[in-house]
Amino acid sequence: MTGIIALYIFMLAAFTGYEVIARVPVILHTPLMSGSNFVHGIVLVGAMVELGNAHTPLERTIGFIGVLLASGNVVGGYVSTERMLEMFKSSQDKRKGGRA
Amino acid sequence: MSALPASVTGDLIQAVYFAAALLFIIGLKRMSSPKGARGGIIWAGVGMLIAGLVTFLWPGMHNDILILTAIFVGGLAAWWSGKRVPMTAMPQMVALYNGMGGGAAAAIACQELVRGHPFAPAPVVLAVIGALIGAVSFSGSLIAFAKLQGLIKKSLRYRGQQIVNFLVLLATVVVGAWMIALRGDAPMQLVIAFFALALAFGVLVTIPIGGADMPVVISLYNACTGLAVAFEGFVLGNAAMIIAGMVVGAAGTLLTQLMAKAMNRSLANVLFSNFGESAAQGGTIAGSLKPIDAADAGVMIAYAEKVIVVPGYGMAVAQAQHKIWELCQLLIDRGVTVRFAIHPVAGRMPGHMNVLLAEAGVPYDLIGDLDEINAEFDTTDVALIIGANDVVNPVARTDKSSPIYGMPILNADRAKNVIVIKRGQGAGFSGIENALFYLDNTRMLYGDAQKAAAELIQAVKAG
Repeated sequence: MTGIIALYIFMLAAFTGYEVIARVPVILHTPLMSGSNFVHGIVLVGAMVELGNAHTPLERTIGFIGVLLASGNVVGGYVSTERMLEMFKSSQDKRKGGRA
Repeated sequence: MSALPASVTGDLIQAVYFAAALLFIIGLKRMSSPKGARGGIIWAGVGMLIAGLVTFLWPGMHNDILILTAIFVGGLAAWWSGKRVPMTAMPQMVALYNGMGGGAAAAIACQELVRGHPFAPAPVVLAVIGALIGAVSFSGSLIAFAKLQGLIKKSLRYRGQQIVNFLVLLATVVVGAWMIALRGDAPMQLVIAFFALALAFGVLVTIPIGGADMPVVISLYNACTGLAVAFEGFVLGNAAMIIAGMVVGAAGTLLTQLMAKAMNRSLANVLFSNFGESAAQGGTIAGSLKPIDAADAGVMIAYAEKVIVVPGYGMAVAQAQHKIWELCQLLIDRGVTVRFAIHPVAGRMPGHMNVLLAEAGVPYDLIGDLDEINAEFDTTDVALIIGANDVVNPVARTDKSSPIYGMPILNADRAKNVIVIKRGQGAGFSGIENALFYLDNTRMLYGDAQKAAAELIQAVKAG
């Protein structure tokens, strides 16, 4: 990837992030923060490639720590976001599904 | 590390990463509305799953067992902790998981730097900046977690603290610049010094910040991790990491601003002043606190036409949300209109109170946020304040000398009657006396929120 293409991606992604969140109601701020926390868990794929290309014991150790931490980010981010969002129901949903 | 070569496998990986980036953006978009929110995290989850799986096909990958072990151990620990943490502790868990992401980004940079291969100028700059941001986010988030979890109780402050912090940052930047000048082919001691300094800076800069301000800091670190991931994504030539990281970086920055604004603080103020815990003194207030007992309060709300409940973190601490909802259901069955008014910073971060109420089973359409509900207080018979304080203090509108002047508040004082459930007579988080409590139409119901709610339920049933 050339530097200039990457620069375009940086710029467009930044605007996308700003726009996507701009319309979020306050009630969803905490789940959304947790959700975006999950999304940057994509660092896992980078950590996997690093560990997958590690040759010396030192590289393996650092790579292992990277994948370990990134997996925590991914799984923890998913579980906590999912738990929070699962609880958001309107009165109509409740009537349909009975009172929880 | 070499970029992905052009081959069938390489194209497949690129295509899947593209799909993952798309799924992340759709997921985040869906999470911006209560209806689609649940689906949003699933979309993003599918993106993460396919991106993770296809990465095993990366040319030249080995150490598969090590990778799977790390994923299994890290994932299991996070799954176990994420499933059993109570909803009140969610903010610090987000901090913890976020810190892990920052640490992973720093680890990627560290590995690239110890590998000692020559860098092009742009990647080495971004690798080092990403490493700095990631490492600060890692150690800073851990401190934030420890503080909210109560593991660190004191906020360490001393004279000249900001100068010390600045010098540590300066030293980190100097070492970083040195590594950049060496094109990443730096001796091990330099790499170690760099990461030690960056981690220390994260600790030093977070430790003086008070618990009240911590959510803003967590949100800031969330944005930082996103940026670090995007920068390391550039180093690795990984577009999915650049897009996802940058989207989170931008979104997190906006969210941080929204939070700081709701608390009437600038970000610089949060990071560099000591307001979070120090007691500020406003003027003294004329009038007296007028207590009421639960039986009288119960009759008052049972025969009201409209009641607005204003919950604060005090309610969550007392775990009273279930009892309060039980009380509200009784009132609704009697024909009383019940609404919940939520201030953006009720709870520990914006939206935290909504999560706590949702957990108790309160439907979200009964919940109004600041802008929509403030007009309704004028037509409300009883505003029931439970464990909220500063967010209903009318001095924010009236007293220019008050430290909270200008902060948006819920206009509970405009209701015909106000009942305040409060544990004791102390001041709020900010240490400011609450003028609302002294108004002629305000009555104080002293006691633990859960016990008071139970007594109110009895009173309403009897009425």
